[in-house]
Amino acid sequence: MLSRVADSVFWMARYIERAENVARFIDVNHNLTLDLGEGLGDQWAPLVYTTGDHEEFFKLYDQATRENVLRFLAFDKKNPNSIFSCVCSARENARTAREIISSDMWEELNRFYLLVRDAVNSGASGDYEFFAEVKRASHLLIGTTDCTMSHGEAWNFARMGRLLERADKTTRIVDVKYFILLPQAAADVGTSLDVVQWSALLRSASALEMYRRNHGRIQPQKVIDFLLLDRNFPRSVRYCVGGAEDSLHAVTGTPEGTFGNRAEQQLGRLRSELDFTSIDDVISSGLHEFVDVVQDRLNRTGEAIYQSFFEIDAGGNRGQIQTQEQRQ
Amino acid sequence: MPYAQPPTGISRFIKKPLHAIGCIAPAIEYLIGGISFALDSAALSPAYDSAADLFSLSVASAMSAIAYQAGGGYDEMFGQDGLPRPRMEQFVRRLESLADGDLVWHQKAAESMLRNLGITFAVYGHQDGTEKVWPFDILPRVVEPEEWTVIEAGLKQRIRALNLFLQDIYNERRVLKEKIIPEELILSAKTYRSSCMNLKPPKGVWCHVTGTDLVRDKDGKFYVLEDNLRCPSGVSYVLENREVMKRTFPQVFQGVSISPVEDYPERLLHTLLACAPDGVNDPTVVVLTPGVYNSAYFEHSFLAQKMGVELVQGSDLVVTGGRVMMRTTRGMKQVDVIYRRIDDDFIDPKFFRADSCLGVPGLMEVYRAGRVTLANAPATGIADDKAVYSYVPDLIKFYLTEEPILPNVPTFLCDRPTDQKYVIEHMHELVVKPVNESGGYGILMGPQSTSEERAAYVDLIKTNPRNYIAQPMLTLSTAPTVIDGQLEARHIDLRPFVLCSGEDIYVLPGGLTRVALRRGSMIVNSSQGGGSKDTWVLVKNGSRNHSKNGNGVPAQEARGSLSC
Repeated sequence: MLSRVADSVFWMARYIERAENVARFIDVNHNLTLDLGEGLGDQWAPLVYTTGDHEEFFKLYDQATRENVLRFLAFDKKNPNSIFSCVCSARENARTAREIISSDMWEELNRFYLLVRDAVNSGASGDYEFFAEVKRASHLLIGTTDCTMSHGEAWNFARMGRLLERADKTTRIVDVKYFILLPQAAADVGTSLDVVQWSALLRSASALEMYRRNHGRIQPQKVIDFLLLDRNFPRSVRYCVGGAEDSLHAVTGTPEGTFGNRAEQQLGRLRSELDFTSIDDVISSGLHEFVDVVQDRLNRTGEAIYQSFFEIDAGGNRGQIQTQEQRQ
Repeated sequence: MPYAQPPTGISRFIKKPLHAIGCIAPAIEYLIGGISFALDSAALSPAYDSAADLFSLSVASAMSAIAYQAGGGYDEMFGQDGLPRPRMEQFVRRLESLADGDLVWHQKAAESMLRNLGITFAVYGHQDGTEKVWPFDILPRVVEPEEWTVIEAGLKQRIRALNLFLQDIYNERRVLKEKIIPEELILSAKTYRSSCMNLKPPKGVWCHVTGTDLVRDKDGKFYVLEDNLRCPSGVSYVLENREVMKRTFPQVFQGVSISPVEDYPERLLHTLLACAPDGVNDPTVVVLTPGVYNSAYFEHSFLAQKMGVELVQGSDLVVTGGRVMMRTTRGMKQVDVIYRRIDDDFIDPKFFRADSCLGVPGLMEVYRAGRVTLANAPATGIADDKAVYSYVPDLIKFYLTEEPILPNVPTFLCDRPTDQKYVIEHMHELVVKPVNESGGYGILMGPQSTSEERAAYVDLIKTNPRNYIAQPMLTLSTAPTVIDGQLEARHIDLRPFVLCSGEDIYVLPGGLTRVALRRGSMIVNSSQGGGSKDTWVLVKNGSRNHSKNGNGVPAQEARGSLSC
């Protein structure tokens, strides 16, 4: 397929996943802060740190009030990572890849766009229902993609984009707890408030019920284990990285356990590290530090994918795959 | 009674200027495909609204207290007596049988579907290319089978002749040697490309895709307004309109047999494959678009998707080793046929405009070497030059020794002294336009113009007579359209699409009917308040072509047309 179109499909999926996850962030913050009471309640600044957009935020707003943060994260056109911006970008990417995605996908995406645009135009403040709708629209689109698009190259690029984005965002959801509870983390461990907060965290990743079936009682280590390292839960970081790697190999045809370009090398390394890391290792090295490293690796993988597939010079000599193809 | 029953036919405009009959109605600019054409709006002036000239039909049962008043000119659904045309009776009866508010409800459903499908077009001159939803009218425009037979034959004939003309002009030039068309007229055309001499496109096909604009004047006859042989657009809306109709208003299809349009992408792909360079096995076809901000981008992506081919931009293509290649995730892949939706000027900066960043450097060299097919071929613009247009009837006689089936609108060439004299003397009643401009630039509408404007125009004509033509003004036919919940007459045109594969010529039944949604307006252009309608070509009883499925069982299909 065309490099430009592969790039568009990849980013279309990424932006949709990003929009969904911003909705999840806001949801988890609601859940966490509502119970915290005086002093700690209504903490919204940590949210913009978690998403990594704090610099952009403080350029546009003075104070991290609930209203400002919600507007910034959900509706602000000036924030390139707001839900609205993400959905617009996803739609623009879909438009340039229109001929290879299915009409059903385009229609769902377009409905998604209209949903968010109408909310922006009507000056919505961002209530619970809106964020639930955003998640639903994203799931609908993913389902439509799976059911109406051939699971070939383009689909694999979309899946790669989606899973890499999701892995990154799940690490950030885990990080929310770190940011919000840092000042008093030690004091609260094991209290009922702590349990409530960890549950909220799981719920925001739609993981609470699945966690319960696997681990039963809420224990911080197990929660982190589940969100970062579980093999079967579709939002865990390990699952996402593994899935992205599968799609990458499906595109290149390189056998598993080997690599034919830098993207495969980066992603393979990260996957095996997650495969052979225990939750004790994570805790002892520091959760926040571990999460930082994973995020950095994911970013480098994204760059490597760009260089290997999307950016091709006139001779077609970029990345291993192209040169292999040329020799034949 | 200042304006009696107008004489029919466009000839009346030539004999007698409008203002002489006492009509003070302004002429209205009429834009088709970005090219302006002025038409008289006499039919819509207050004077004309008197009872004697109007006829009405109540469809009160369909909607509360609605009377349909046909405007002047020819109405597609109702005759002069105010009764439905014979073939439309059944259709009108069905409309009448709808419950109160039904039509409006269906109209809303269609609009909502178009919005959800994101069927939009970009509007230039707005920040970030604002999109507008494609305006669609729920009432189809119905073409009677006998009429269509004539149009179809006329278009096939015309395209055959124009294609031969293009091959001739860039090769043997018989048409010039035999003085059918003045050599000077061709060589002086801006769209004539001397650099394309001796080109021989595969299968001798130059205009693979044509969109010819037809209008029906007061006399009820169809006239060719212009030939679009470069990158005609609009066909995607024909298909989408039918789809929207079927999904939101299925009742109206019951008991009616209509020619299908859904196989157009298949036919287009067939045409493109058939014209691939010789010796290519399993050719790769692509659609070349200027990009997502082009106003017709929706159509480009639509056609690529429906044909299952890649939609490429100039930057995706590169010329290496004498071939056109596209950059893919698996390296370079050869491209054999390019359905290009970029104008000649921009297609190859090495060959045409050097400042183009939309095209592919070196593309023309590969094309000349016969290693890639361009559809349409470059340099086809010479055949839709408005001065050359006036010779098309002669070209038909010359190349085919046939009489033209579809008439032209009478055209005066300012290049001809006698015509020029007439145009200057009658400028106040004519439409004068430059031969190659589009988007309505540089047009003078006689009846609306001031004497200063006309004087300035006379200078223009005298300085460069080759660049100007003049035509009388027409009144577009009207069709009932849902406006604010009521049926009102609105002016329409028709752009059928023709595919030429070298083996055969195919005319998509119907085509794009554009409708000027503003009352009295003849501007059908979508950027200026124009919309569109589904276009139904009725099938004659039992005559549906079953060639595709061989032993097709016609029983069900032959339920009959609207008239039964």
